[in-house]
Amino acid sequence: MSVPDTLSVELAHFLSVSGIVFGIGIAVALSKRNAIAVLMGVELMLNGVNLALVAFSRFGDEFARTGTDPLVGHAFVVFVLTVAAAEAAVALALAVLAYRRRDTIDLDRITLMRW
Amino acid sequence: MESPGIILAFWLMSAITIGGSIAVFLSRNLIHSVVFLVLSFLGMAGLFLVLSADFIAVAQILIYAGAVSILMVFAVMLTPLSARDNSNSLYALPGVLLGVLFAAGVAFVAIDVEWSVVADLDADRFSSTVGAVGDLLLGRYLLAFEVASVLLLAALIGAIMLVREDEAT
Repeated sequence: MSVPDTLSVELAHFLSVSGIVFGIGIAVALSKRNAIAVLMGVELMLNGVNLALVAFSRFGDEFARTGTDPLVGHAFVVFVLTVAAAEAAVALALAVLAYRRRDTIDLDRITLMRW
Repeated sequence: MESPGIILAFWLMSAITIGGSIAVFLSRNLIHSVVFLVLSFLGMAGLFLVLSADFIAVAQILIYAGAVSILMVFAVMLTPLSARDNSNSLYALPGVLLGVLFAAGVAFVAIDVEWSVVADLDADRFSSTVGAVGDLLLGRYLLAFEVASVLLLAALIGAIMLVREDEAT
């Protein structure tokens, strides 16, 4: 059973979703006060990039010709996941440390380096 | 070209992902925001499955929806006196504008460009990607793989060092 071509899901759809998620991540990361919320925005941005990588890998030439080989985009996504996990751990440790020193993680109130 | 299930799955998962992301922005409670973030991550894992990336989808659920979100809940719980209302700062309007502009720009380019794609989302030729990804990680990208393990070790030790209570004082 098949559907008309006008309904079919293509690379542009996935790239649009990726860009929208990245844009929401930008909005969250730029406009939230709480440091943890800012980190959530950064994670959303990384997720959007991951979707673009996988989409390009899936719709690219190599996947079409050979089925699975060589999936370079997937390998990049694995590295992005690794870096995101490390970054989240260190950033949240920094947030807890800042909270211990100043009793807040409100980014508007951590003004130590403001002149 | 594709079966209706794939198209339905794409639109459903996109709605879950984007709706969860918007709810992260709009929700009035930081914990609710983390929960909506998990929803968004799960929707993104569904999108990866639509793209026949099974290993990435499972890794996404394990790492993002499992580990990173639990870390965030821990961080929220460890900062009890801080504001929980997920409020916006003065930069809310420029931030939203920049986000909308970026999303609109990417969507315009994605739709406008004639991509030289050859594949479609045909499900019947699917085979597991785990073996191919493993071959790549332990073959062509072996050095990057090892460096990533060193990075994880450094992040682990760094996080422990940062939040350790100092017994000396």
